[in-house]
Formats: sequence, C-alpha cells, structure tokens
Amino acid sequence: MKTGYFGTFGGAYIPEILHETFRRLTESYELARKDPDFWREYLEVMENYSGRPTPLTFAENLSRHYGRRIYIKREDLNQTGAHKANNVMGQGLLVRRMGKKRVIAETGAGQHGVATATMAARMGFECVIYMGAKDVERQRPNVFWMQQLGATVVPVTSGSCTLKDAINEAMRDWVGSMDDTHYVLGTACGAHPFPEMVSWFQSIIGTEARGQILKQTGCLPHRVYACVGGGSNAMGIFQGFMDDPQVELVGVEAGGDGLATGRHAARLASDDGRVGVAHGYRTLFLQDEDGQMRDTHSVAAGLDYVGVSPILAHLQAIGRVRFIAAADHAVVAALKTLMRFEGLIGALESTHAVAGAFAEMEDIPEGAVVIINLSGRGDKDIFTIADALEDPGWREFIVEKARMYRES
Amino acid sequence: MMNVPSPSLLEKHIRTGSDPIKIMSHLVLGYPSLEENRLVMDRMVAAGVHIIELQIPFSEPIADGPIIARANQESLKRGFCVEDGLNFIAESVVRYPIPIIIMTYVNILMAQGMESFIQRAAGMGVRGLIVPDLPLEEAGDAMGWCQGYGRGGLDWIRLFTPTTPDARLALLGREASGLVYCVARRGVTGQHTAFDPALMGFLNRCRRATRVPLALGFGVRSREDVQSLVGKVEIAVVGTAAIEIHLAQGADAVGQFFAGL
Repeated sequence: MKTGYFGTFGGAYIPEILHETFRRLTESYELARKDPDFWREYLEVMENYSGRPTPLTFAENLSRHYGRRIYIKREDLNQTGAHKANNVMGQGLLVRRMGKKRVIAETGAGQHGVATATMAARMGFECVIYMGAKDVERQRPNVFWMQQLGATVVPVTSGSCTLKDAINEAMRDWVGSMDDTHYVLGTACGAHPFPEMVSWFQSIIGTEARGQILKQTGCLPHRVYACVGGGSNAMGIFQGFMDDPQVELVGVEAGGDGLATGRHAARLASDDGRVGVAHGYRTLFLQDEDGQMRDTHSVAAGLDYVGVSPILAHLQAIGRVRFIAAADHAVVAALKTLMRFEGLIGALESTHAVAGAFAEMEDIPEGAVVIINLSGRGDKDIFTIADALEDPGWREFIVEKARMYRES
Repeated sequence: MMNVPSPSLLEKHIRTGSDPIKIMSHLVLGYPSLEENRLVMDRMVAAGVHIIELQIPFSEPIADGPIIARANQESLKRGFCVEDGLNFIAESVVRYPIPIIIMTYVNILMAQGMESFIQRAAGMGVRGLIVPDLPLEEAGDAMGWCQGYGRGGLDWIRLFTPTTPDARLALLGREASGLVYCVARRGVTGQHTAFDPALMGFLNRCRRATRVPLALGFGVRSREDVQSLVGKVEIAVVGTAAIEIHLAQGADAVGQFFAGL
C-alpha cells in the first residue's frame, strides 16, 4: 500500500534496509500525535527553552510607508535564531521516546545543524552533522558553534558538495546506524512521515499567529507570506490559516539571478521544476532531461535546494498556495529596508518573504492586513550578509583581523 | 494445485551449468568512459563472469558507498547521458553471451517515462532491473510492465536485507522472479562485511522466504569471501572491489581478479 501522499506528491521511496526503521518511526510519530501529553510537553519545552510564543510585531513604519497593515511573525526570536528550533526540539522528544542515543542531521547554511547540536547537547545525544564541503567553507561561524556544542561536523565532498549531498551522506550514515540513531531531517521534505511530522512541529507558528492577529486586529489577514526552501517555516505558518479560504497564502522561493537566467532555486514559481523522485520523496525537482539534479543558486544558502516539500507542491496543484520568486538583488534591498524601517535584521532566507511581500504591496487593498513570517534572524550570518551588502568597512576589518592572526 | 510460475530466462541461466557458485560483476557506466567499460566487460566475460550488472549513474546515489558514489559523479561530470548508456547496454546484450542487468535509481526511469524505459529495456533483451529506491509498495506498476513487456525475459529484482523481518521477507520472496539480491549488512556498498554466523543466519532466513536463486552483495571482495558463500547462495556479487582494482591497475587486472575468484 502507498502511504504518505499529498495528491500525487510525497510517498516513501526508501531502500529496503530502512523499511523497518521507517515503520517504527511512523508508529512512534503517530502515537505521539495521539497523545496529548506529548504536545503538552512540547509546548512546555518551547516556552521555557525557546522563548515561545514568539511575538507578532506590528511593523508601524513599513505600514505607514506602504499604506497596508503589516505584521511580522518573529521566528527570529527562537533559540538559535530561527524556526528550526521548533522542529529539532519536537524530534528530540520523539528520539527520547524511541530510546535512541545518537542523532544525525544534514545542514546547508548551518542553521539546522546548530539547532540540532543544541537539542543534542540539551537532551544528551551524540550528534553528527553532515555539511557540504562548500558550505563548511562558506559558513564557518556555524561550524564553529556546532563544534563548540559538542557535535562532530563531517564535510561532504561528494556531488556538488552542498545541501543535497549532505542529505545523501546522512542517509548513508543512517542505513548503517539506524539501530541506535535517528536522522533529524531539517525540513518538510524526505520520505513519509518526515514532511507531515516536521509540518506538525512547525504548526506551532501558525497556531500562534492566528490567535495573535485576531487579538491585535480583530480580523484575519488578507495575505500571509513565507519564504520556501524545503518549506517547513511556510508549512508552519500556512497551517494556521489553511481552513480560512479568504486568506491568501504566498510562498516565496529563491529567484537567484532571475528566473530567466536558470540560476535560481525556484521549483514551484518557475517553469523549470519537473516531477521526480529523489531523497526519498516525489515532488517537483530542478533536474535535467536525464533526471540528474541541477545545481541551484541563491544568495541564501538555506533556500538553495533542488526539491521542495511535497505538501507545498500539492497545495500549489490544488490552488491553495501561490508561489512567487524574489531575486537576490531584491532580497538585499528588502533587508536594508527592514533594518532601517523596523530595526529588524532578517536572515537572507527569511527576507525573501519580505521582498516578495514588498513587490506585491500595490495589489493588496489599502489598509488590508498582511502577515510576513520572519523565519530567522540575520545577525548570526554577519559574514554572508556583509558580503551581500558589499560593505567596505567589514572587508577592511577582516583583512586586518587576518593580518593579526598571521602575525600572532 | 499450487500455481508455480515457470522460471524466467535469468533464473534458467543461473540454474544451468555446474559451477559451485556464479559471479555477478558490476560496472558504473561512463566511468571512467564507455570505451573503458567495454574493455573491462570483455575481460570480465573472458574471465568467466556469469552476470553483469550495469549501473546507470544518478546524481543522488543514496544507497551507494563512497567509491561507487564517486564513480557516479565522475561519469556525469565527464558528460555521460542516459541515451548513450542505453545504446551501450543494447550493444552489450548482443555482444556477450551472458545476462545483463540494469541497476539505477527510480528518477532515471521516471525521466524517460517509467513505462517506456521498461519497454525499451525488455526490447533490448536486458534480463533484470534493480532499483533500490523503489520499494515494493511503490513498485506495482513497474513490476507489471516488466511482466507485460518482458514475458519472462525481464525480471524486477527484489532486495532482502538483514533488517527485513521474516514476514516481510516472505512477502517480498513470494512473487520474486529471476533472483533475489540479498544485502549482506547494514550500511552502503564497499564497506567491510563479516562472513560470520550472523550472515549465514540471515541467508538461511532468505532461503526460506523464496524459491528463486539468491545473490549476495555488499562487501564481497576476495576468493575467500566467495568460497565461504558456496552452498549458501547461487551468486556472489562483486562491485566496489573491481572498481578499485580497475582504478589502480587497469582493465587487464580486473580480468585476472575475476579469473582468480
């Protein structure tokens, strides 16, 4: 029997050796889902460890500027500075229930790796993070933190040395280590039950946001924007409004150098995505005629991925979620605006949602309520953002710092 | 009366001859090149290899270990395309008197259209398909097309693993055809396998679960490994070890290696 489908997307395309592991994981997940104590414990952990509920901030200056009432959901205020905490703490509690002692994870930009490393430190698990060798080079600060937190970071030198190759390498670990190890997948992708399970943990965002917007404005939002890499933060906030057909849900993908250039990571917003199966699930992938995965591009490493959540692919197919893309340059401009107008430093990934919303403001009725999910904060990405902003003072500082290291 | 399906061409080939055990070898197409693949296959067949498994490279080879994964990647980097690979496979079927099996990942089939890929493979005379990321639950259509287009000539090859419970082994084994590929241990291709009582226990479980011949792969590297499998399985699969020898010593050495098995 086929399981884990959302329309024609999803499924569990796993090697036979993992069949039993997935069967047990699905069983544990379904038991947890039926058990009110599990969710109660989860909420308690998120409240006391991660600072939830996160605020819904009225963006006063942007609202005045655009003539629409703009609210920002502050996932940047989570432990480790992104929505990733919601997923890893949930999976961590599940790992405890399953009695496993070791966790592994893939990471692209390093956010999910850092989040997993904090969870492992807190819960007492051994932790190994697979990270593409190129990403290790680009995201040294996150590598530093993962190591300080006690995790082993393994640079992956196969394939394109990026996120998709880190996923493959984590799978290779798991097919050998499943007896005592859980693979903490970082987004709402992969084989069943991961897309559904990760979305469940992230639904905490949407549940809070719905309550908060009703309390603050007395009405539902006109639109909700979220950036889409794998799709977990988008799934998180969208679920709060799924049953409100009057609320338009908009996913913003990485437009990179522009959709026409082919150098992007827009699986749903461009015409380049084709149905395929990889990494354990069926969705739209950026692939060539032969079915080989293509290289993707984005200023935001966390959105730079060939596939996308099968649940989002389905929601696009049935017309419930609309997808657009924001190009690198628009994202950098939106980041500056967000900082200057509201004092908020968004992660480059999250700022795609902001850029997408800004681009469409004129289509939104004046005075209407808009929610933007700010999935993570950017100050921790100072190296990447300083490069994206081409800041000369920062460059000077690094050159000077390097000179000091050389001479010491 | 029980309805016992007549054995496929692949199964008949395996059951023919007096060898105590048969050898299945493996190549990654286009690595280092199709010309070099041809040389190596000539040597393998001359050395008495009984079945050859040809892997069509994929950019995301999750079930393969570092050596074969790198071979996939290198082949693609050198410009391998599936059309050239399929033409090479068609020529190989004509050129060699032994069965040729295709191993690849499901997305390669999907990109060509799964049905037309299988129809084409059947038409060429390919004897088996191994697709490790298309589990039984998802393989219904593919198995149907293998039967429909192959008519006993093209087998959908199922996998047994040490983590597969008996009930599932029985489910997988009941309608298996051609051979069942037994994965010797947890982990990916190319790592060390212990030829110990636990492995033999697993092979006994496999034997009880199916009537078709068993092939054991993952970590078979030497004459000793092969000898220890005599009487336990019909086929020993040698993959990574041959790639390593080819890399280090060239095509002739691969021939000698297989002759020595």
